[in-house]
Parts: sequence; C-alpha cells; structure tokens
Amino acid sequence: MKPSSNEYQQLIRKAERLAYLALFALVFAIGLLYFRVYDPAFSVFKENAKELVVSIDEDKIENGIHLSTGFIDGVGLMTVVNNCTNCHSSKLVIQNRMSADRWNATIKWMQETQNLWQLGDNQKVIVDYLVKNYPPMDTGRREGLRNITWYELKD
Amino acid sequence: MERRKFIKKTTLASFATLLGAEIVFGTNMLKEYQPLALQKSDPFKLFGLDTEMVVLNDTPWNIEAKAHLLDDKITPNSKMFIRNNGKIPVDIDAKTWTLTIDGESVKDKKTFSINDLQTKFKQHTYQLTLECGGNGRSEFNPPAKGNQWTIGAVSCATWTGVRLKDVLAAVGVKNDAVYIGFHAADTHLSGDPSKEPISRGAPMHKALQEETLIAYKMNGKNIPLAHGFPLRLVAGGWPASVSGKWINRISVRNIEHDGTKMKGTAYRVPKNPVAPGEIVKDEDMKIIESMPVKSLITYPKSGAILKKEQLLSIRGHAWAGEFEVSKMDYSIDFGGTWNTCKIEKPVNRLAWQHFSADIQFPKSGYYEVWARATDSEGKSQPMLVPGWNPKGYLNNACHRIAVKIQ
Repeated sequence: MKPSSNEYQQLIRKAERLAYLALFALVFAIGLLYFRVYDPAFSVFKENAKELVVSIDEDKIENGIHLSTGFIDGVGLMTVVNNCTNCHSSKLVIQNRMSADRWNATIKWMQETQNLWQLGDNQKVIVDYLVKNYPPMDTGRREGLRNITWYELKD
Repeated sequence: MERRKFIKKTTLASFATLLGAEIVFGTNMLKEYQPLALQKSDPFKLFGLDTEMVVLNDTPWNIEAKAHLLDDKITPNSKMFIRNNGKIPVDIDAKTWTLTIDGESVKDKKTFSINDLQTKFKQHTYQLTLECGGNGRSEFNPPAKGNQWTIGAVSCATWTGVRLKDVLAAVGVKNDAVYIGFHAADTHLSGDPSKEPISRGAPMHKALQEETLIAYKMNGKNIPLAHGFPLRLVAGGWPASVSGKWINRISVRNIEHDGTKMKGTAYRVPKNPVAPGEIVKDEDMKIIESMPVKSLITYPKSGAILKKEQLLSIRGHAWAGEFEVSKMDYSIDFGGTWNTCKIEKPVNRLAWQHFSADIQFPKSGYYEVWARATDSEGKSQPMLVPGWNPKGYLNNACHRIAVKIQ
C-alpha cells in the first residue's frame, strides 16, 4: 500500500529526527575524543582544577641568548638545540667546557651508552659551536674567590 | 623549528600530595601530564626547596645548596642537594611497593612489602653524611665532564629504616657473596625501558655495616619523592650514588656488581696519580669507596663586613667518609698560621661533626677564613684542588669565605 502524503511527511520527519540525533551523537563523540587527547583525566570537570597554559616561543633570541634553552646565539645553534636537548637539559651542556677532542669523546660515549643517534655532518657543526661558544678556561690549581656579595654582619 | 604549546591541566591538590610524599600517590594523578610537569615545573615548589638553592640541571634534576644554607646541624629537605640520574618514577604506591632480595649469592630469593620490613625487623635511626662523588667538580682544570657541582652536594639528614644486614640475614647469603647492587624504579632519560639510569652498590663489608640502612623515613617523615620515596638504600660516608633511591630490588652478587655507572669512568678515579688532562684507560681506574675528609664553613655567609674589633664566630661541619674528624683548624693568613677550632664528636658514626671558633682580626682589610679538617688517619684537606681525575671526583680542597674588616 502506498503511504498517504500525511504518513509520508511523518516518515520524513522521523528520518530527519534520526539524522539530527546521529549528527548530535557524532559531534558528542568527536568532542569526547578531543577530550581524551587533550585532557584524558577530564580534570575540567573536577573541583580544584586549575588550568596552567604554558606557551613557549622556542625561537626567540634576546641579547644574544636563545631564550628557551639559554644557549648563546651562533652558527650551529639550532643544530645543537635539535640534537642535544632531547634527552638532557641544555643546562648540562652549558655548564660543561671541553676541547673538541673531549666533546667528540663525549658524543661517542652518548652514542654507545645513552641511545644518541649518529650525527653525521652535524657532529662537526655541533662541536664547532660548543668549542667556540663554551671554551675551556685555564683556572690554575685554585681560582680566587669571585662574585663576592658584601654585607654588613651584625654582632 | 615548530612552535609547541604545552597545555597542562592539573589539580594542584594532587601535586601537593606528591611533593610532601605524605600520602600514597597515584589516585588522583593525571598520568599523561605528570612526567612533563615533574621534569619541567618550578623545582622550588615541586620539591619544597629554599629559594637560594641552585639548579644545575633540570633533565634530570640536579640541584645543590650553598655553604651558608647548610648551617643546620641536621639538613632539612629544603636545603638538601638533589642528584638524579634519570627521571623520577611516577605513580608510586607505598602500599603495594615491594623490595626483592635476589642475586647469585642468596640462598632463596625473597620479596618484602614495606610493612614486612617495618614489622619483621628492628628499626634504627642514624644521622648520615651523604656527599656526591662529584661535589667540587667545578674546580678541576682542565674541566671535568658532568654536573658542575661547587660545594653544595652534601647533606646530613637522619635516616630511619632497617639494617640491610638484618634483611640479608633473614634471606640467607651464601659464602661467595662479594657485592650488593641496587635496582630502582627511576627511568632512563632516553626513555629506553631496557636501560637503568643507575644501578650501583657496595662490597659486602659496607653492606653489612650497622649504619647501612634500607630507609623509609628521612628526618622523621616519609622520604621526600626527590630523595627516594618510598625506599632508599643509605650508605653514609661513601659517594651518595651508592645510596640508591626508589629501590625495589637488591641483588647479592658473587662478582663486583656490574650495573649502570659501576664500570668505565663512572664513580671511579685513576689507580695511580695522573697529570691534569691525561687520558686514563678504563682498566686503570678504581671504584671510589670512602669519601675524603672535608669541611664547610656554614656561618657566616661569605662576604661579611665587620666593624673593627668585632669578634667573628665561625661555625660549620666536617666529615671524613668512613673515619672521624679528629682536628679542625682555621687560617686567616692563607695557611701561614693555623688556629684550632672546637670540634664536636659525631652523634653517631658517619655523621658530620660541628666545629666553631671565635676569630679576632689584627687590623682592617680583606681577609679569607680558610677551614681545614684532619681525619683520624692523619689526612688533612689540601688548600689546592687535589689530584686531577677524568670525571672530576673527590675535590676536598679547603673551603674559604671572604671577610672585610672596616
């Protein structure tokens, strides 16, 4: 039996509602998925939740210093950033001062024991950067006291 | 390079829990974000540190004190150096934590919960000096590789736990035991799960000392997370790397333990003295055991300006690895003459000792007060940086402070 135009319209409305429901479910599912990725613990819905948004401009250089790592700006900077700050902090690089031979030996040690990859042509770029910007200084057998902050000592 | 944005959503309450290490972790933590936060957050808040502490490295965390911060007789958590080799473990649950004693030289492998340790064995508390083998590294010339510690990688807190010797006796150790080696829950910086950041240990004679503890408390509270919660091996007087943090296994070995940082140049010095900068073969290196005699002037802070005739009362601590400090001197004329300080006996073996002296300066001008400890074996601290070694260990040169008399 052919449906009357009234019944036909009802069917269409039913299909429409179903389509809306499906669309809503889809949007909800996508939303849920996004939450899984960005906030797996759904902490937004918990009490005491505080959002900390940390935005780091990784390229910014100010007064000759690469801000996000503290490295001195110079030839090879980004090669050093990209190869030497994945496992350990840039702070570990900056506080060490070595000759080219000892940097090469250190790289070899990191490759043998610490899962550092082969650096290829970048090795020379990296070592040149380090030796130029962080050269060893001869401090003798004992350095004098430096950077003394003077203050009055009360009785 | 691509710019990244880190969005960290975190409940502060759960971090507070983490820091104090007072409550069992893991219930309210946001797993995906915690490691990042732990490695990159403000360490002063994260670890409850004094704001004058110095961060040498943030991946992994390496943080040292300054001399004047170490003035307390018992080092509080806020002024205690942190030396980590890997990433701090996450999701620690002290209730389910276990310690397994295994290895070639145990009769039967055994596993203990923390409750087992606390109920089956007698509890002991000792104040124990822990100094990083590389403390003072920054003074070596040519520079040695690694974290450039100045003087602040030393602490003397009280540690409470059970004697390792009691636990080993309960497990049963064979006659061929040579060494113990610890294994722990921290993770390697590279993220490689097959690598241990550090797995060191000590020969049996050190393992069996009364003061060698499997500790679960520091200064009367649960051990802070950065210092090894919930279990730490504590072996005072030896390089602090022997005192493994977050330990879950101790192996009794029939060979010298061969874990990470036991071999090569790690925590080793040349068997024979070498010239500065000399290349030393691995087989010519030996493991550091007892730390050398050393002292710190913790009061006043360097840079004190005094009025003429004003008496200066100095104080500080001295320690000598396995030995005791028997004599303490100070000099205000760069070692031309030495005067005796009062030195107290240690509260127990392997605890640092407190010294003090009152100094009257003869005339106005710039002075340095140098402190020199001598141990019960007759060895004194050198005024110059001692024997160069490839990794820059064992610098026990005299500490000194600057003083001006108006």
